[in-house]
Parts: sequence; structure tokens; C-alpha cells
Amino acid sequence: MIVADKKPIEEIIEEIKDYNKILILGCNECVTVCEAGGKKEVGILASALRMYFLNQGKEMKIDERTLERQCDNEYLEEIRDIADEYDAILSLACGVGVQFTAERYHSVPVYPGVNTCFLGATEERGLWTERCQACGQCILAYTGGICPVSRCAKRLLNGPCGGSSNGKCEINKELDCAWQLIIDRLKELDRLDDYEKIFPLKDWSTDRAGGPRKVVREDVKL
Amino acid sequence: MRLQYPANIKIIRVPCTGKIDVLHILRAFEKGADGVYAVGCMEGDCRYESGNFRAKKRVEQAQQILNTIGISGERTRMYNLSSGEGPLFAEIAREMTEKIRKLGPNPIKLAKKKAA
Amino acid sequence: MSVKTPSKLEKILRAGHLGVTSECGPPRGSDPEAIKEKAELIRNHVDAINITDNQTSVTRLCSLASCIHLKLMGVEPVLQMVTRDRNRIALQSDILGAASFDIHNMLCLSGDHQSFGDCPQGQNVHDLDSMQLIQLVRRMRDEGKFLGGDDIKRPPKIFVGAAANPFADPFEIRVPRLAKKIAAGVEFIQTQCIYNLDKFEEWMKLARDRGLHEKVFILAGMTPMKSAGMARYMKNRVPGMDVPDEVIKRLSGVPKEKQPEEGINICVEAIQRLKEVEGVSGFHIMAIEWEEKVPEIAERSGLYPRPVVEG
Repeated sequence: MIVADKKPIEEIIEEIKDYNKILILGCNECVTVCEAGGKKEVGILASALRMYFLNQGKEMKIDERTLERQCDNEYLEEIRDIADEYDAILSLACGVGVQFTAERYHSVPVYPGVNTCFLGATEERGLWTERCQACGQCILAYTGGICPVSRCAKRLLNGPCGGSSNGKCEINKELDCAWQLIIDRLKELDRLDDYEKIFPLKDWSTDRAGGPRKVVREDVKL
Repeated sequence: MRLQYPANIKIIRVPCTGKIDVLHILRAFEKGADGVYAVGCMEGDCRYESGNFRAKKRVEQAQQILNTIGISGERTRMYNLSSGEGPLFAEIAREMTEKIRKLGPNPIKLAKKKAA
Repeated sequence: MSVKTPSKLEKILRAGHLGVTSECGPPRGSDPEAIKEKAELIRNHVDAINITDNQTSVTRLCSLASCIHLKLMGVEPVLQMVTRDRNRIALQSDILGAASFDIHNMLCLSGDHQSFGDCPQGQNVHDLDSMQLIQLVRRMRDEGKFLGGDDIKRPPKIFVGAAANPFADPFEIRVPRLAKKIAAGVEFIQTQCIYNLDKFEEWMKLARDRGLHEKVFILAGMTPMKSAGMARYMKNRVPGMDVPDEVIKRLSGVPKEKQPEEGINICVEAIQRLKEVEGVSGFHIMAIEWEEKVPEIAERSGLYPRPVVEG
């Protein structure tokens, strides 16, 4: 899923302080799972902001709504009738949702209420970690199912570097060395010989480097 | 034990303090409560293992939010006591009431009145 | 193995002499005198001098310009190049730039992570890794081709080196990793600073078991300790560094003012011991901000005078 983290309330206050009517728009997908922008977070933020502005002597209308998804036009349509009633929308969806909402509703400014962080998984409640950087050309088949692009601080395709120490990365003692994990895994799979195959230069044109990407599937288009 | 405790306290029963969310605490303040405290079982004695620890964390989160928006985080707190401690329950009620009295009324309540 | 480049270091190593290299960090400013002064101190005691490339990610005068200063002094440089700061366009371009000044040695590295340096908020590039950089230089030199496939007019003549850390984890792939670098085309290796001689010898033995010592020149990395404090710092704070307690104990065992001298003694004794290890082709003496001690270390270790080869 897309993992996001809450923005500090102070920052959000700065974003919206000059408006009078705000819609806080949550998303039922990834940001709900990572507890940053689901219905509950919308409620907490709305309550806190209402109290803040009231305390400042400003009565701000702050409404709450959470859509099934903000990255899908059909769900975004659900606020078609009410969007214009607001001075601004504060979207607690990931960066995709914020932009998609803004694209759909040209006349209303849309502000981000979370920081979109990475593609990751829930290791345990309250701990989300990165697993993928969407490089567009998956190499997991060659690395024992562990991704050096997203999990090695240097994206080394032929790691580990000299900074791997006791299984940890040189940049942070709490961070696993991706190449230690890869080697351990290859060993478990009895494939350690694969380690000596030199991984060729990667084609990064499918990564961010190639510019904004798209997937076109004629077979599923209507 | 006909124990006396301040009449200004409204008790909301929950099956376990683990049920309490930050949202419940904030909404209470938004609706005009001057203080909100959670009373859970003793740490380590939760029937559901970690309910009271969850409550403790959520009360802390609420405190942080309240501090950020200019309402003292001291208006909310967590207490732990066992079911046999009726006198302590009453004492906590008095203590909390006294503390909130010192802090004065919830500024939101006043702001609402002003706005109305 | 016949000589493939005009590199003096390559000629010395291929002639069967123990090679000696050292290292200078460029200054944090544009005055080249600091490099020249350091080089002047050691030029007669080493075959080539590495110039570090923004080591520990702290911004400094660039490695290539510093190497040119050495070259103009008549000192042989080893250009260190990290993949952290350059994409494949910049790497190829800088390699050609170095070759245009007849810089004939290069050390291919991935580079310390930028979080250690003065720009921790910066991007890193890592378009290639060190293994792929080795391949790139060999391709440019041996095939005379750019990555894009076009011919290079006057291909670079560069003796290709890389680093190896016998002490980093996991130990079991340390020798396979060396083999991998050799397969990528590396011709000489400069190792991480060696303090744990037993472990280094074990690594060398495993390398010899696979015949790797005959395919690459291994220069053992040596850094004299200035004090017990430095030894403790290296042990605890520098990733991938193996400093045995005996080294710290030995340094702490002498008064503070004698510790630098003891550090030099330890270094000299280590070189003398490792000279006898089959497969050790020379020494890379990194006296960090202590370059003036390199001549003494070289002389006392019996690495002086340096052999003269025809250029």
C-alpha cells in the first residue's frame, strides 16, 4: 500500500487559516490502513481544527467526508454536489488522491493533510516500512525476493557495500542491510551461487528518471 | 459504601478503556467538557491484556493535540485502579474536579458562547 | 599478464615488485597548495597517490582537479570516483576528462552515504554501482566504446582498481565479492584498513584457494593510529572497521605522548608481517592527516627505495 504519515496540525492550520469553510476529505484505502487519513483521522483532525479556530475567535465551518477512494473518478464524483460549498478541501489521501481531487474540482483549492511516504507494508501496528520504489522493472526474481532498489540506501544491484555491519546498514543501526537479507535468503534457497552473477546496468528509464509514467492496457480499455 | 463524589462528573461506561479513542476525548471537549479522564484497570490487570495501555497512549495523543490547539493537555488524563477501590474512585473524582476548577472552564465553551 | 596501460603502478605490480600507494584528501577550499604540499611529503616513497572523492560525503575540492595537480607535479595519481554523485553520463565524461590528462589509475567506489556528510539532505545518484563502474571503465578502455555503443576516439588508458573490505559483513561473501569484482574486470584492489591481521590472512587464504591472488593485485590497506582514542573511535564508530582489543590495549599501555610512535610501530610491524603473505602485492598507506609519517613507515617497513620502471 501507499504509506503516509500525518502532517503536524500546526502546518495544516497554516495552510487553511484564511478560509471559512473547509471540507476534510478522507480516503478509505491505504491511508486508512496506515492510520493517517481514514475516517477516524478525519474526525480527530476536524474536531481539533474546529476547536483551534473557535478558540482563536474564528468560527470555521469544518465538515468531514471520507470517500472509498480518491484515486478513482467515480468515487470522487460523490462530492460533486457539495464541493463548491467549500473554500478549500483538505485531502487526507496520498499525493495521488490530493491531485486527483484537484484535477476533478478546478475551482476549489485542495491542500494535502498528510505526507505521502512510500510503498510499504505494516510490520506491526504503528510500524510501516518500505518495500518498493516502483522502478517499473521488477528484479525480485534475481535477488531472492528482497528488493535492493528500495531497501539498500545506495540502491546497489551488486551489494553489499563495505558499510554492512552485523547485518545492519551503515546509515542506521536499526536498518537491515538489504544485501545481508538477500544473501541470507539466497542461502536458504540454496542459491548462493547466484550471488556471483554480476547484475548488469539497470534500465532506469522505467523509473522516475524516465519522466512521468503511464500504464496503457488496450486489452482492458472500454 | 455510600461514597460521595462531585456531581458535576458524567460517567460514560465503556466495556474496556481500550475502547476509548482520541476522537471520543476530543469530541467531549468540543461539546464543552472541561476535563476528560479515563479510569482503567491496574496496569497488567486488563482482562483484554492491553486495553488500558492503549487507552494510556490515546490519552497521551489527545493531550498532545490539546496542547497544540491551545487547550491545556492537563485537562485530560488516565487513572488506573482496581474494582475494589471505591474510595479511591471518589478521591480521583475530587482530585480531577479540583484540578479542572483551577484550570478554569474549557475555553471552547467560552468561545462558543461568544460566537453565539 | 602483460601491461595494458601506461600506468606506473601497473608496471611496478606486473614486474613483481610490492607496490606502495598512499592517499590524500583534497582541501575544503580552492587552494591547491594543500594537495601539493601533502604530495611533496610523500612523492618519493610511494608509486602513486589516491585522491579521495568527497570522502565521507563531505564536499571538497574535486578529485579529478586534484589528480591533475598531481599529474602536473609529475606525481602519479589514482583517481577515486564514486557512483554516489554521478550518473552514467557524468561517469563516462569524467573518465574521459581524466584520460585527457593521462591519468592512468582509477579506483571505482560506490561512496559513503550522503547522510554522513555536509549535505545529508541531498539526493544520491547510484545510477551504477562500483561493480558496474569497473565494467564501464574496462569497456571504455578495452572495447573503446561508450555505453551507448558509439566508438570513443582515443579511448582512456586506465588501470582499474576497486576497494575491498575483508572485515565487513557478511564474511562468507567477502571472497565471492572479490571474485565478482575480478569478473567485472578489476585489476588492483586496495583494502580497508587492516588491524585484525588474523582475519585478513584468513580472507587472503580463502582468496588464494580460489586462485584470486593471481588474477588481481591486492594492496593491503594500512592506517597508523595516532592514539588509543582514535583506535576506539575506529572500532566503535566507523562501519565495517575491525579493530581488535589488543590494538587498543597496546596503545593505551603507553603514555599519551608516546602513542603516535606506538601507532607507527604497530603499522610497521603489520606491514612486515603481511609482506610475507602470498598474494599481497603491496600496501596502500592511508595516514589520515598524517601524511608526513608515510616516508618513515615506508622506510622502516623496507618498502624504500621505490623501484624505477621505464615510463
